Amino acid sequence: MPNLFRTAQLALKSLMLHKLRSGLTMLGIVFGVFSVIAMLAIGEGASQQAQQQVLALGATNIIVRSVKPPRENASQQNQNSFVLRYGLKRVDYDLLSMTIPTVLQAVPIRELMKACRYLHREMNCRIVGCSPEYLDMNHLDLAQGRFISDKDRREKTNVCVLASGTADELFQYTDPLGQSVKIADRRYTVVGITKAREASAAIGGSMSGQEYNQDIYIPLETMRVRMGDLDIDRRQGSFSAEEVELNQITLRITDVDQVMPTADVIRESLQQNHRTANDYSVVVPQELLKQAAQIRVIFNVVLGSIAAISLIVGGIGIMNIMLATVTERTREIGIRRALGAKQHDITMQFLTETIVLAGSGGLIGVLLGLSTPLVFDGLKVVAEKFFFEGGGASEFSEMFTNLNPKIVPSSLPLAFGISVGIGVIFGLYPARSAASLDPIEALRHE
Amino acid sequence: MTLAAEVINLEKDYMLGAVPVQALRGVSIEFPRGDFVAIMGSSGSGKSTLLNLLGALDRPTRGKYIVAGRDVSQMTDDELSTIRNEKIGFIFQSYNLIPQYTVLENIEVPMHYRTGYPRIGPLQQKRIQELAELVGLGERLDHRPFQLSGGQQQRVAIARALVNDPEIILADEPTGNLDSKTEHEIMEMLLRLNREGRTIIMVTHEPAVARLAKRQIYMKDGLIAGEGIFPG
Ligand SMILES: Nc1ncnc2c1ncn2[C@@H]1O[C@H](COP(=O)(O)OP(=O)(O)OP(=O)(O)O)[C@@H](O)[C@H]1O
Ligand SMILES: [Mg+2]
Repeated sequence: MPNLFRTAQLALKSLMLHKLRSGLTMLGIVFGVFSVIAMLAIGEGASQQAQQQVLALGATNIIVRSVKPPRENASQQNQNSFVLRYGLKRVDYDLLSMTIPTVLQAVPIRELMKACRYLHREMNCRIVGCSPEYLDMNHLDLAQGRFISDKDRREKTNVCVLASGTADELFQYTDPLGQSVKIADRRYTVVGITKAREASAAIGGSMSGQEYNQDIYIPLETMRVRMGDLDIDRRQGSFSAEEVELNQITLRITDVDQVMPTADVIRESLQQNHRTANDYSVVVPQELLKQAAQIRVIFNVVLGSIAAISLIVGGIGIMNIMLATVTERTREIGIRRALGAKQHDITMQFLTETIVLAGSGGLIGVLLGLSTPLVFDGLKVVAEKFFFEGGGASEFSEMFTNLNPKIVPSSLPLAFGISVGIGVIFGLYPARSAASLDPIEALRHE
Repeated sequence: MTLAAEVINLEKDYMLGAVPVQALRGVSIEFPRGDFVAIMGSSGSGKSTLLNLLGALDRPTRGKYIVAGRDVSQMTDDELSTIRNEKIGFIFQSYNLIPQYTVLENIEVPMHYRTGYPRIGPLQQKRIQELAELVGLGERLDHRPFQLSGGQQQRVAIARALVNDPEIILADEPTGNLDSKTEHEIMEMLLRLNREGRTIIMVTHEPAVARLAKRQIYMKDGLIAGEGIFPG
């Protein structure tokens, strides 16, 4: 083997002779490597995001939610006065909390959308009837005051706790604590305010991805007494009424290993009370976690393939240029052969050139790849300005803005290695064809 | 008297489609060490073909070529490369320098391909410098071929041919592209190398140039037609 350093030096020199050409050829690899790193980073970011959201639901939790059943026939839909009765019942709660030994705790909640008012300020809030456990179970923290207590539940007091978003919206200048908020014509005294919290994963049921920032929490019993189970909606000139006893029961299971078996038991138990209607869903965060892992694999394969294709295109570009270079330098090859170069020497010369080309492209690509989070931030700004403008936060745009690419450390050497490999694979044929030229004919080449 | 090289009944066929062209049809010549041979003959008579075989750039179809005591006609491609690198120095009509290399780098090229790829150390660098000075280019080491005249380029080629200290110098019309003054200078240089003991085999069309050699060989239709000074 000739001195490797010297060979690389010669290769670099030849490449520098045609700076523009070498640069353009390199671009293919640069973008290929960049996209490998970027795609993996986005995939990783997305999966971490999904994982965090799922974990926020609680790894030892099982969530049972009421689901509005699909309308069975059109004639019912046309009837304006029709009370739709569905969802979880208080008997379900009793069943789940009493009969399953692995259930440590069961927390029922009821949700309603209602207009709330403080003085002249008004907003639409999610009123959540809940118990003291709700706070911990949803990883909420208090910013001020206290949360709903057992005493509140027993005595059905008219107190409420505001989510930070609600507090900011309703009370701009006054301290909300001790003030009273008007919900459905009744006044509730504010006893606490929670800190802001990120939305959790979409878990199906009546709500996709729970936002915690426009909530008002009141005692479950107070809600039942004051608002009842019936929710009447008179918007858009039509009339619809729904009767739901509980929207959600969150169950805390004794330990992680018991979650899956318990989920099966819960499904079976509920089946007894809901034979006719499919009006609830059982969400197991652990299952979601597994799904997230599977989706991640698919994601990586798809994104990886796209990146691989761009790398192959880059490789073809290199091969194309190297073939042209070999033709162009046929005479030089003849001269070297006449002066004693073996076929192997010529192969190595051109192969080294290709590898240096691909390797430098790879290196630049890795540097670019490192800037993926920055590039992505820029992309977000542009996207927000031109695409999501005004239309409000759609589910997609929200996912997009919450997505933070995480560079996978192993993807850096991987992508660089692939670029060098591409250099070898696509450089071999041109180099071999250079080496196999007949010396006499090569010398005669003009 | 030892022989630098010897060809025995050398034949070379080229295939032109299905028809073989007989470029050499049985050539036998002995080249004693220190010889200076001029090969002459009409165009297409096989001079370059013979020189290419002597230069181990190709293998004969039939016959033997013995150089440094070994039969080249049976050698592998790598062995031929080694022979070219160690035993033979080439000088071409069109100089054949590598355009992107400087004078110094051009002279250096054969050194890169020495057996075992030894390092090019200070000793070798000194030799390159000396050779450049020998051919009168000591001041132009970092010039590139396009910055040099034809005569200067041919001198670089001569220095390059000498760098691995070969026994035999092969020159195919070395002065074919040069004016008579430069031609004279190049011939002076070859004569000096010959006086120092190197075997030179040169193809030329010019009787005046051929006359400077020790021997003249005339070729016709792939055969030796005669030897000596101007046999009519
Ligand atoms: N690669 C080849 N393929 C086919 N025929 C060839 C090849 N090389 C040489 N020939 C033929 O061999 C014969 C000898 O060619 P060669 O080049 O040796 O002649 P030459 O004596 O050097 O001529 P010139 O004085 O014009 O250089 C010619 O007829 C030529 O056409
Ligand atoms: Mg010729």
